[in-house]
Amino acid sequence: MSRLPRTPGQTVGPFFHYGTEWPRMNEVVAPFSPGSVLLEGVVYDGAGEPVPDVMLEIWSADSDGTIPTAPGVIGRDGHTFTGFGRAHTRPDGHYEFWTREPGPVDERAPFYSMAVFARGLLDVLHTRVYLPDDAGLHTSDPFLAKLTDEERATVIATRTAEGSLRHDLRLQGDGETVFIRF
Amino acid sequence: MSTTGESLSTQDEVTAEIGAVQQRYRDDVAAGRQHTVDTLLDFPPYRSSELRHPTKDPHLVDPETIELVSPAFGHWEVAPIEADLTNRHVGGEPQGQRMVVTGRVLDGNGRPVRHQLVELWQANAGGRYIHQRDRHPAPLDPNFTGAGRVITDDEGRYRFTTIKPGAYPWRNHLNAWRPAHIHFSIFGNAFTQRLVTQMYFPDDPLFALDPIYQSIPDQKARDRLIATYDHELTTPEWALGFRWDIVVDGPQATWFEQDGDQA
Ligand SMILES: [Fe+2]
Repeated sequence: MSRLPRTPGQTVGPFFHYGTEWPRMNEVVAPFSPGSVLLEGVVYDGAGEPVPDVMLEIWSADSDGTIPTAPGVIGRDGHTFTGFGRAHTRPDGHYEFWTREPGPVDERAPFYSMAVFARGLLDVLHTRVYLPDDAGLHTSDPFLAKLTDEERATVIATRTAEGSLRHDLRLQGDGETVFIRF
Repeated sequence: MSTTGESLSTQDEVTAEIGAVQQRYRDDVAAGRQHTVDTLLDFPPYRSSELRHPTKDPHLVDPETIELVSPAFGHWEVAPIEADLTNRHVGGEPQGQRMVVTGRVLDGNGRPVRHQLVELWQANAGGRYIHQRDRHPAPLDPNFTGAGRVITDDEGRYRFTTIKPGAYPWRNHLNAWRPAHIHFSIFGNAFTQRLVTQMYFPDDPLFALDPIYQSIPDQKARDRLIATYDHELTTPEWALGFRWDIVVDGPQATWFEQDGDQA
């Protein structure tokens, strides 16, 4: 059966901010609400410089492993878990989301699915952000098992002293984030 | 090559680079050294890509459940007026050629992508974005912000009323001008289908000169970013009509079959 050819991607460009924002778009759940976690980090380029014009998106299951099906991503009501968030990096390359830690789906290691767009990046990049506390599930995960230790470290968040999740992205070079295709 | 250095390349140099990179890509595909891709990430003629493209191939993975579905959007989340970029200001009508842009969002099987978010942003008729970092000395239009969004209907249709954006200069190289375009962000039926792209207009003389448009090495693929003028859609005494269908696809068919080569 012949498939329709896909529409190619193009860079999000430098001027995406005002066209891709809405209030509380990076707050999948209300900050500091029960069960909430801060997921934050910095995006770096191949020279190790922070990237100030990145659009990041996360999409994940709820903490009990439920796949979100409720609308309300733009019209956030403050209590429905929609699973989706979007963040623009600040001038210092920093991003942050308030969300929940996903639970295992189909007994697999849970992760945030992440999409990366930026000026200078000609098409979307997909990656995953796994949780630091699931070492047992990581060992048996078919994707993580194929990675070297160094590569695996680029897709697993770290836990800060405050209990937040810290996850930096490196678009190029030393410690380059592992990106995925499907 | 730096975008900020004192020695910017000429258009002729950039055009020659574009030709050389595309030729090398075709040779590599023919020799089996390169997967076919729609858009090259490592594309030196687009100077800003130099430090922002991964150097390693993406790892092939089996998508998991969460990646095979998309966030949900309700029609109540987006007001109808957000699809009309010409009518959001009590002050008056924006400058420029009024037009309607409409089409369908489909998946690779031709099925409509229903009830998903389509976002759009663009320059005004003079080629100026409202963004504070746009330094192009063309006038801002107090009646045009240049951003809109819509939720697709049961048939996957979207429809915007806007004005035709102007071409604009940028500092990629000397005398660099982007062809007129509208930025689009699209959600598919699966998160793997997430797409951000740009829609262009027929017969733009700047196509051959633009390193962003030319980052797609295959002419047939590039053509899929160009809207079609549709006189049936054009409204008498009111607006020109452009039609542009968008196809999101994946996980399969995004790449050719060399799936066993990823360690
Ligand atoms: Fe643009």
